[in-house]
Amino acid sequence: MTSAIHLVDLQKSFGQTAIIRGINLEIKKGERHAIIGPNGAGKSTLFHLISGKYEPTAGSVKLHGNEITGLPPYEIYRKGLSRSFQVTNIFHRMTVYENVRCGIMWNMGYKYSFWNRVDTTEEINLKTEAVLEEIGMVERAMTPAGLLTYAEQRALEIGITIAGGADVIMLDEPTAGMSHSETEQAVALIRKISENKTLVMVEHDMGVVFGLADRISVLVYGEIIATDTPDRIKENEAVQEAYLGTEHDDDA
Amino acid sequence: MSTLTDMRRDMNARMFKQQRNMWIAVALVLGCLPLFYGGSDFALTVSIQIGMMIIFSLAYNMLLGQGGMLSFGMAVYFGMGGFLSMHFMNMIEADTVWLPMALLPVVGAFIGLVLGLIIGSFSTRKAGTIFAMISLGIGELVAASSLIFVKFFGGEEGVTGDRTMGPEMFGVDFASELEVYYLVAAWVFIATLLMFLFSRTPVGRMANAVRDNPERAEFVGYSQRFVRLISFAGAGLFSGLAGSLFAITYEIVTEETLNAVTSGAPLIMVMIGGAGYFIGPIIGAIFYTLLSTVLSNYTEIWLMYVGIIFVLTIMYLPAGLTGLLLMHNPIIKAKKLKRILPVYGKIALPVIGIFLGIVGLLEVGHYAHNASAGDMTMSLFFVSVDTSSYLPWIFFTGILVGGFMLAKKQAPSVAETYEEVHKEALGGGDK
Repeated sequence: MTSAIHLVDLQKSFGQTAIIRGINLEIKKGERHAIIGPNGAGKSTLFHLISGKYEPTAGSVKLHGNEITGLPPYEIYRKGLSRSFQVTNIFHRMTVYENVRCGIMWNMGYKYSFWNRVDTTEEINLKTEAVLEEIGMVERAMTPAGLLTYAEQRALEIGITIAGGADVIMLDEPTAGMSHSETEQAVALIRKISENKTLVMVEHDMGVVFGLADRISVLVYGEIIATDTPDRIKENEAVQEAYLGTEHDDDA
Repeated sequence: MSTLTDMRRDMNARMFKQQRNMWIAVALVLGCLPLFYGGSDFALTVSIQIGMMIIFSLAYNMLLGQGGMLSFGMAVYFGMGGFLSMHFMNMIEADTVWLPMALLPVVGAFIGLVLGLIIGSFSTRKAGTIFAMISLGIGELVAASSLIFVKFFGGEEGVTGDRTMGPEMFGVDFASELEVYYLVAAWVFIATLLMFLFSRTPVGRMANAVRDNPERAEFVGYSQRFVRLISFAGAGLFSGLAGSLFAITYEIVTEETLNAVTSGAPLIMVMIGGAGYFIGPIIGAIFYTLLSTVLSNYTEIWLMYVGIIFVLTIMYLPAGLTGLLLMHNPIIKAKKLKRILPVYGKIALPVIGIFLGIVGLLEVGHYAHNASAGDMTMSLFFVSVDTSSYLPWIFFTGILVGGFMLAKKQAPSVAETYEEVHKEALGGGDK
């Protein structure tokens, strides 16, 4: 079985500074995989490399066995990988409904159509409504996205990401800045939407990570020092050293 | 079946009815308008010009309002559509090609589309400053070449033609102004409807998404560049169509249709009307054309007034005239307009004073500067004014400053009353 994402000696430098220094990683189909590591380890950069925001300096990225290295984001999305952002990245002037709808049109085959009417295409709207139901935002459907609360914007961010039905979902710090109860809701949502899908997420909240992930990779200074199940990661000496050496970050 | 689905279906059904009625009303108005003109050719000419400008400014708003692209070079598509239509008209007259004159705008639209695709292929890579600079550069380039390639553009005289020489359809040969009016009206209806429908298609919705957040659009499968290119090509298409109508109406196309003034016109119309609304450019086009045709009958410096209104709109009405009207929509619906009008009446006087002051100073200054020696008396607001004395200057400065001070004093209470009534209207109207 080919893995969902396969990274081979992936590297990224900005000028002289090497941020990602040769990452080899296989993320299996259907697993929930968390990437953790201290601030500045390169977690977001790694996300950008996989999803096409940045082009790698060297190495390769494979999605379901197909080379996607250096492709633009929209090509990678069309091949079945969808991601969210750490800093909320939505369409502020459009309504919640329209935001989600933007996320489903391509994969439903409407693409650059200028001969279908969106309002009267039942298929598009029913799917949009199903996604809104799933992320629990039916009540807010007609609100401009810019007016949502922070937690709602984060949920919408996830909604846009999953709307198109991509089978590899990447979430960049989905619970960052949330209160305890909001985090709980977010975790339940992530669990629900990642069923039968491959989930890759960056997360600082160790409670969330150990509760959700099947496997965890620890990224330190642009290198992965360990990839294993949550239990074995807890006991891993190199991991403990890395975390204790920089900052104490258990259950932040 | 969720409640949201029911709500949406309900809303769509209502909107569909509203929109259908609106389009029928538009067709009726376009069809019946000449009946009210009493055979005035001036009114017809102005209406035709408004029609052309409606198409041109709506096309422009496909870029600015819907796509977030600020163009300084829309004249390229308008003018080239016009020039090629004119050459085509001459070919029709020479029997080289066969085409009813009523379908000539298809040629202009095609030219605009092709040019839009070519120029858009490299200019839509980025929005923002880079796009604006490229559009300015291309605009100047084409305007300059119009005086270099004399054979094609006809030099300073331009290219002329005869619209009546085409094959007749239903006995219409476009010899009368009225026939031209109906031709333009028909195309205005078609173009407006098509542009309205475009904004409701998947790619039309994604144009808004790319305007708001180009990066995120790329992560839901859309190339921001390609989405912009489609909007751009569409804007080119309808600008070319408008240029073609220009060629038919005036039977002459000169380099003026390619220059920066023509490029600036749709920008001014869209900003005055309101870029955020589909109807904004239409209101802007009507306002701008009426202002320029009517004002230019009374004063030589009408363009200055257009400029002042443009700047004031940008500063005080960022949502344009449409935004100003829609602000009052809930109040009108709740029938509370009566409460707010007296307050507006109070501030109207100082505002009129400001405008009188500005107009007076500009007109007197203009006259004093340009008058022939010994004839320093002009007629202004039906009063003869001696422009060589200090009196008119003092008078107009007085009402300008007085009006300004009074308006400033009144403004907070006007805003307060508006907020109050608006809040009441919203609270009372919905529940």
